[in-house]
Amino acid sequence: MAASLNNDDIIEELKLRREPAWSLSDHPNLIRAASVTVFLALWEIYGRRTDPLLLTYPTAVLRAALQLIWSGELLRQLLVSLASLAAGFGASLVLGVGLGLMMGRSRLAEAALEPHVNGLYATPQVALTPLLMMWFGLGFSVKVVIIFLFAFFPILINTASGVKNVSASMVEVGRAYMASERQVLLKVVFPAALPFIMAGVRLAVGRGLVGMIVAELFTAITGLGAMLTLYGNLFETAKMFVVIIVLGLLGVGLIQATQWLERRMARWKETERATQ
Amino acid sequence: MLQVRHLSKVFFEQNDPRKPGLVALYDISLSVRKNEFVSLLGPSGCGKTTLIRIVAGLLPADRGEVLVNGKPVTSPGRERCMVFQQFGLLPWRTVLGNVEFGLEIEGVAREERREVSRKYLDLVGLKGFEDYYPHQISGGMQQRVGIARALSKKPDILLMDEPFGAVDAQTREQLQEELLKIWAKTDTTVIFVTHSIDESIYLSDRVVVMHSRPGCIKEEVVVDLPRPRWEGDIKADPRFAQLRARIRESLRA
Ligand SMILES: Nc1ncnc2c1ncn2[C@@H]1O[C@H](COP(=O)(O)OP(=O)(O)OP(=O)(O)O)[C@@H](O)[C@H]1O
Ligand SMILES: [Mg+2]
Repeated sequence: MAASLNNDDIIEELKLRREPAWSLSDHPNLIRAASVTVFLALWEIYGRRTDPLLLTYPTAVLRAALQLIWSGELLRQLLVSLASLAAGFGASLVLGVGLGLMMGRSRLAEAALEPHVNGLYATPQVALTPLLMMWFGLGFSVKVVIIFLFAFFPILINTASGVKNVSASMVEVGRAYMASERQVLLKVVFPAALPFIMAGVRLAVGRGLVGMIVAELFTAITGLGAMLTLYGNLFETAKMFVVIIVLGLLGVGLIQATQWLERRMARWKETERATQ
Repeated sequence: MLQVRHLSKVFFEQNDPRKPGLVALYDISLSVRKNEFVSLLGPSGCGKTTLIRIVAGLLPADRGEVLVNGKPVTSPGRERCMVFQQFGLLPWRTVLGNVEFGLEIEGVAREERREVSRKYLDLVGLKGFEDYYPHQISGGMQQRVGIARALSKKPDILLMDEPFGAVDAQTREQLQEELLKIWAKTDTTVIFVTHSIDESIYLSDRVVVMHSRPGCIKEEVVVDLPRPRWEGDIKADPRFAQLRARIRESLRA
């Protein structure tokens, strides 16, 4: 028997350390890159043979992208879109979490707000757009309102149900240690509901992006959505693709950002997840 | 110090008094002196947790009252602190963060509460686990975090609901001794819920034996064994055996 039962020594003794064999499945990035390259190549070949009004091809899109970047148009419209997205999304975050906490904590608030929330949420928000344009015009404010309406409900509903799911015994711990109602809310209820809230936020990001494009397609004055309408009317397919790709990247970036935030804020959950 | 007078508690289905109800506590009267160590002993479901929650001010009584220093209890108070049977840890806080919770609510400055919390973690044998999350440590360790959190508040009345239920026998003995030492040094009053006859005798000045359905007090047994009890082998004392037999008898009856 060994003189001391050292953990690392036992692992050595059992000869469990070895270099794993090289395997393609350990290198998903390689597969991803290959997959994308093949896709782009096929698109290029097929696209060059098709009517340029209907479909374009990657190199043409790249040329159009450089043009739009060079002229400054893309950046300008992107910033306009992002500004309305930030304002609308910010408002839905603040109001969604705030009202959600109220609805989850107080039956009175829940009963009072529920019919309005359910009614508005069930109505397809796109249907409100023409009406909102009459009320708020065609400028910045109508876009903010539409984005707000798209993003608000998932945050509100998830926050409220997250708060309702906080176990009574957790709140009891807060009360036992003399926490005020405000402290219970901030130090017990909010962190306990945070995973729910973040799931709502992630949904809301996607919906906010949809709201932004809907608003800009309807108003068609500024922003990425307006660019889409413009180049669609001019049959400049490559430029439309540039905008679509930018929107896609924006979506991916925003979702990644929320997932990163989610992981940071729910670090305590990371190691507890059942799936790997 | 602490008086419980004719306390009764009924739980109705869905909190609706028209529905069938269950008498959890019936006509409980108990009085505890300052610096006394009292154990509540009784079968599962006899209302020990319910009683201790009412004393903590977490649950209203239906009849009767609880007085602390002559004043009726209606809500939790700074002089009372509770160790929860289910530990009551906040899963998003680290071990250290959980111990700090009570002091943080009280508004103690960060540095100070860190220091105090570390001291109590050390006391319950959890040095080095400060940055773990509750789900990363064992049940017995979680329970000790809850104990450290309550002790860090230095309450006048310590309410402990089966605080050593999840720890192993050795650690349990250590913690019992630690608790007795803290209790001897301060003038804390302790109400201690347990299932173990030996534990109740070893720790207490008085053992309150309860029976269930309805939850009533059957008998109070005074434990007049000398203190300190951690010196020598008190459990081998013939008086200890007598008390054990008597309490076992009382539980059975
Ligand atoms: N919140 C509640 N709602 C309804 N019934 C309850 C509630 N809390 C406790 N009871 C009932 O009251 C009785 C006493 O419960 P209590 O938790 O006080 O028992 P206990 O003595 O602490 O048991 P154990 O030793 O298993 O912890 C049980 O029959 C239980 O079903
Ligand atoms: Mg209990």
